[in-house]
Parts: sequence; structure tokens; C-alpha cells
Amino acid sequence: MAKTPVTFTLNDAEAALFVDQGAPLIDVLRRGSGDLTPKQGCSQGTCGACTVLIDGVPHLSCLTLADTVQGRHVQTTGGLAEGPDLHPLQTAFMEGFAAQCGFCTSGMLMAAKSLLDRTPNPSRDDVIEAISGNLCRCTGYEPIVDAILTAAAQIQRRPVR
Amino acid sequence: MLSVETYQTIAEADAAMGQGGRYLAGGTIVMRAVNYGDQSFHRILRATQPERGIGSDANGVRIGAATTMADILGHADVAFLHPIARLIGGPAIRNMATVGGNLFAQNPYGDMAAALLALDAKVEMSNGQAQPIESFLMDRTHMRGLVNAVSIPRPQPGTFFFRKVSRVKPKGVSVMSVAALLRHGDARVVFGNMAPCPVRTKAAERALASGANPGTLEAACAVCTEGLSPVDDALASAWYRMQVAPVHLRRLFETGKVF
Repeated sequence: MAKTPVTFTLNDAEAALFVDQGAPLIDVLRRGSGDLTPKQGCSQGTCGACTVLIDGVPHLSCLTLADTVQGRHVQTTGGLAEGPDLHPLQTAFMEGFAAQCGFCTSGMLMAAKSLLDRTPNPSRDDVIEAISGNLCRCTGYEPIVDAILTAAAQIQRRPVR
Repeated sequence: MLSVETYQTIAEADAAMGQGGRYLAGGTIVMRAVNYGDQSFHRILRATQPERGIGSDANGVRIGAATTMADILGHADVAFLHPIARLIGGPAIRNMATVGGNLFAQNPYGDMAAALLALDAKVEMSNGQAQPIESFLMDRTHMRGLVNAVSIPRPQPGTFFFRKVSRVKPKGVSVMSVAALLRHGDARVVFGNMAPCPVRTKAAERALASGANPGTLEAACAVCTEGLSPVDDALASAWYRMQVAPVHLRRLFETGKVF
């Protein structure tokens, strides 16, 4: 079966890839472009580990047909840091011990980034709602919520892009 | 081996459906099937310009099939659907899952379809024909044609009730969902995930036709499981569901008023 060409912006770079017909976006990101930050968890939309932002809005890359991101902007955890400088969310997760096994972390970060982009000063309930589609099977939710609130305060003091 | 066919309009996709085709809207049903190796289709058809958006007039609202749950949450004209949309998935799912797709969601999904059944929606197909959602849902596994939009008579304030029963908080799939619309002299009572598709429970509707008060509610709860045929799944047994259905019907009217 012929492959389909798809071009999109992946973080800050243009990506042009040939994708298998019917392939989900996560396959194209991980195998095609080598961005291993979105994690393949359940493949059925339950766990949220594969969460990426498409045109700034959270989507599950395991349930997104790769063809549909043609011409769009895809953001992954791989694009959060600026060079050696981690994004405040990444720093807060690291310093707040918000990652245990780490498998859910990438999806949590993208769900949290989407929240903070829209709601710079979220309440604790806002944070819980924002990550409600992301499962942490280490059940370390409290440090994750704390880290997102810490990052929000940090970004208020020193805005990031 | 899968192939993907991209059309401009839903009518063009409909005309091309044929053998082995599955229409992809938001992806939350079809891509899951792809990921799990579903062999019942080998062609994915999609449209780049399906009907997406919400229109309203004095009588009701019309929702394009490609309208997402997030779109609903962002539109004041469908405030009566906000509590249901908010209970579906997490934020990412709500950005993807469509109203049209929910009509085809198999158990334990399909909470929006249950609500639309209670609201007496009509389903408009891409050939322009419309049919009541009840017959649509009964026939959905043999459905020929694609859904273009759903139209809903606007409920009067205080008449529409919805309750989703789930065990995992804040987000979990339904053990069951219960919805009701109480119109003057007429009640529609719907259970989701209690039969192969969302169904009305006519015996309870007859009991509640004159309105919900302690007496009519008692009568409705006594007969509300007539015609229901839930199955055992990982969330609950069929027996359990039948036992607690009357409890949740009662709670629907105690706490479930959404509009």
C-alpha cells in the first residue's frame, strides 16, 4: 500500500514524512520523526499518556489519524524545553517528585501546558479537571497537582513563550 | 491493509462508502478499532468539511455531526447539554469526540446519545432524510448512510434530567446513565448502557406522565427495569445493574436536574 505524505510543524520544526495509511499520529511521531516523548499506553483513549497539543489543543495522538495533522502544529513534551532550560512545568515536576515511573509524565505535562496556556492562574480544581483524562498508575496525583500549581506561580512571575 | 480516502463533504464520503468502509469523525471509536486490529473494515473514509457547529432558532437547536463535546461546552445555546458533555472523557477526548460519533458508541459509552434520546432528537442523514433518534439507535448496527446533523427541540427550563453513574471519580465510564424529559402530560425516561443501545423505559414513562412526585416516582421505580437487558462487564454485573437501576432513577429526580 502506498504511503501518504504528511507535512506539519512539530514543535518548532517543519516535519515532512511518509506515513502508512491508517497509522495513528503517535506512530508517526515516535517511529517517523523519532520524538519518543509521547508514550503509547492503552491505545484506546483511556490513559492520556500519548497526549499532544494540536494547534494548541490537547489531543490523544494514539486516536488521531496521522493524515489529519496535515498543515497543523503539533507540540510534544520534546519541544517544551528551550535548549538547556527546562520549561517551568518540567522543573516543578522534577523538583516536586511528581514523576514516579514517569510513563504518564509526558501526557501530564502536555495536559498541564494546555491548562496554563488558557488559565494562567488555575485553582486546584481546575488542575484536577485538566488532568482528569490522564492516568497515573503509580497514583502519585497529589505531587503532580502541586507541581502544576507551582509551575503556574512560577510562570506568573516569569512568563515563558 | 488499511487505506484512507479523503473527501470534501460528507455526502461524497457517503456515496463512496461501499464494502469494507468505516467513516472516521473524531477518531475515538474508529482509531481505537484500528489500534486493536479490527478486521471488519479495510477502508477509512473521512471528510475535510463535515458539518460542524451549532445553530438555533425559537424551536430548538441543530448540531452538526462533527461538532465536538468541547464545541458544545463552548456554546451557550446548548447549555442544557453542558453537564453531559462535561462527563464524557477527559479534556483531550472532548476535543476529539463528536456528537455524530456518540450515536454509534457501543456500551459502556454513548452518554450523549442517551441524553439525545430523552430530548426527542431527530437524526438527519446526509441524504437529507431525518428520523427519530429512537428508531435510528435501534437500527444503528445496520445503518446505511452517514449522519449529517442532530436537531433537538429546546427543553423547557426544569424539565430535563441527566445522571451518569460511574465508579471512578472524577472521570470514569458509565455503569449506567439515566436521562429524562418531563413535558406536560408526557415523560421520556432513558437508560444508557442497560441494553444494546440507549433505550426508553416505557413503563416508567407511563408512571411519570403526570409529572414526578413521590407517588409517581415510587410507581416508576417499581417498573423501570421492564425491557432492560444489561450485560455483565468489568464494571458491574447485569444483576447489580438491574438492582440499582431504580435507585438511580430516584436519584435522577433528586439530584440530576440539568436544565
